[in-house]
Amino acid sequence: MSSFTVVKTEDLDAEQEKGSACVLRGQTSDLGCLTRQDGSVSLSQGDTTSIAVVYGPAEVRINKEQIDRATVDVVYRPKVGLPRPEHRKQERILKNTLEAAIAANLHPRSSISIIIQETEDLGSNLSCCINSSCLALLDAAVSMNFMVAAVTVAMKENSDMVLDPMKRDETEAKSVITYVFDSMKLQVLTIVSNGKFSRAEYKRGLSLAREAVKSVLQFYRESMSKKLLMSE
Amino acid sequence: MRETPLSNCEREFILNFIAQQKRLDGRNAYDYRDLRIAFGVSLGCCHVELGKTRVLAQVSCEVGEPKQTRPHDGVLYVNVELSPMACPSFEQGRQSEEGIELSRLMERCLKESRCLDMESLCIVSGEKAWHVRVDIHVLNHEGNILDCASIAAISALAHFRRPDVSVHGEEITIHTLEDRNPVPLSLHHMPLLVSFAFFSQGKFMLVDPSSKEEKVMEGKMVVGMNKHRELCTLQVTGQMLLLKEQVLRCSSIALTKVTKITELIHEALDKDKQARLKGEKHGFAMLVSGDRVTANRLPTTEVKVDTLEISDEMERSQSSSEDGESQSGNEPMEEQIVATPKESAVEILTKGVGVIGEGGTSTWLDIPQADSKQTAAKKRKHKLEKMEEDEGSSEEEEKVILK
Repeated sequence: MSSFTVVKTEDLDAEQEKGSACVLRGQTSDLGCLTRQDGSVSLSQGDTTSIAVVYGPAEVRINKEQIDRATVDVVYRPKVGLPRPEHRKQERILKNTLEAAIAANLHPRSSISIIIQETEDLGSNLSCCINSSCLALLDAAVSMNFMVAAVTVAMKENSDMVLDPMKRDETEAKSVITYVFDSMKLQVLTIVSNGKFSRAEYKRGLSLAREAVKSVLQFYRESMSKKLLMSE
Repeated sequence: MRETPLSNCEREFILNFIAQQKRLDGRNAYDYRDLRIAFGVSLGCCHVELGKTRVLAQVSCEVGEPKQTRPHDGVLYVNVELSPMACPSFEQGRQSEEGIELSRLMERCLKESRCLDMESLCIVSGEKAWHVRVDIHVLNHEGNILDCASIAAISALAHFRRPDVSVHGEEITIHTLEDRNPVPLSLHHMPLLVSFAFFSQGKFMLVDPSSKEEKVMEGKMVVGMNKHRELCTLQVTGQMLLLKEQVLRCSSIALTKVTKITELIHEALDKDKQARLKGEKHGFAMLVSGDRVTANRLPTTEVKVDTLEISDEMERSQSSSEDGESQSGNEPMEEQIVATPKESAVEILTKGVGVIGEGGTSTWLDIPQADSKQTAAKKRKHKLEKMEEDEGSSEEEEKVILK
């Protein structure tokens, strides 16, 4: 069932404000926003919002038990309708990315569940989900090997690149690539791409994304230190 | 995951407390928790907080065929998702009994009350009509999901705008958002559900039970009303018998609550409308106040990439052999990182022990000096190996760990 959501057309002001296309939209995080979970965060990149929640390490069902490591489980809930195959694909991508980041060897025979609720999808939803999952894992104090941060780059027809694209940029673009980096060496962890692009475009997008990811990681550090040190 | 069961002493305590006309969170028997209603940037997206219980509702629409039995009406779907996010005991997939009960109650409240004008959703009788879908996601379960969900659903329906449709003879045009402004749904009235929890065979009654009170209650009554004193839904669950006077009293209490909540909904809708008209920023991102320690805000950041560098690297990488091409993307970066190492002073404590960064000896306990220094220094050395190549605030991170 392909119901569609009626979305307000993006403010004309916002379009005009975005002078150069290499701008990361304003980010807002709310750590520990929910009470029943071990870790929770509501992250907004511009107006794109997603809520991520972590339970773990916790009890695992016997059929999913792994004797030497924790079982990482990702559930992604779309806002409209029941979960479809494309959401299962997104869950798989998230699971593969986060399994590398989480130090699962420290918690054998347990489970770490990450649940993400799509709250508002106004462009670069996948990177918002990955970033919010990482923040939720940090909020839950799950042992990790490194942090992960994602940035989306859209390539337009005239080979212009738009960083952190809005919905309109994504639909009009020739290709959209989400780059996921680790925090230690800023190496590429995951690439999710749609559409056609040349090798040169990919490399340009990669260097742009790499620069942008530094400020995302800095945002994580600031959010966590603000919460832990209780100082501005 | 199984939920932690409520212990017997907790159960007894809560029941005794209620018998003394008191509640755990200090409310009166007929008090609601703090209610906050917020709307997102998308139309028809509503987020409601009732105390700590949080629910997100989204309304969407699509054109489809009307039901065979009602060719002049549109179709309304109501779906309540008890996502595993809300509570560790909620399982993904199969709907639990509780989920089915909630879904049914929400459906009855919205459909049987005829709050939404279904005939206005008809486009071509018998052929095309609007299918409106309300998805309710429970984000956090701290008791009384039902009331929260009904408030969210009604607010979302009132907030939603569907595309405008014009019919010229045989031709139907569904206008895009740029073409014509979207049209609100015609909502006749706002039916809201109010839950009552009963204890000691109906002797004590509480409005808006919290999660602990829900676990201890003997029976529940749900009253669906609108502010015009019209009763739409009534359901009693649990093993208890109620007197006629109790039912009537509950409905009059429900009336006062519903009137107040309807006012709140209208206020929130107005505020959102004003914000949209003035072109002010609105939506969920704006709700987070920067004052709290757990909230952080970063304004738009510009990312500067040296375009000259990229072209040089590209030429280099293109000229290199095919084998090394996959790694060349990473190599230039690594070179850059190694080229500018962090200049930090290493302090030598004793033979074979080096200290880097801030920290120092433990100020907590009176440990003999030599031991504490050695253990602290060993820890730091270990961290050094891990953080050698880490950019940014490695020192900050050390502060947090070692203090």
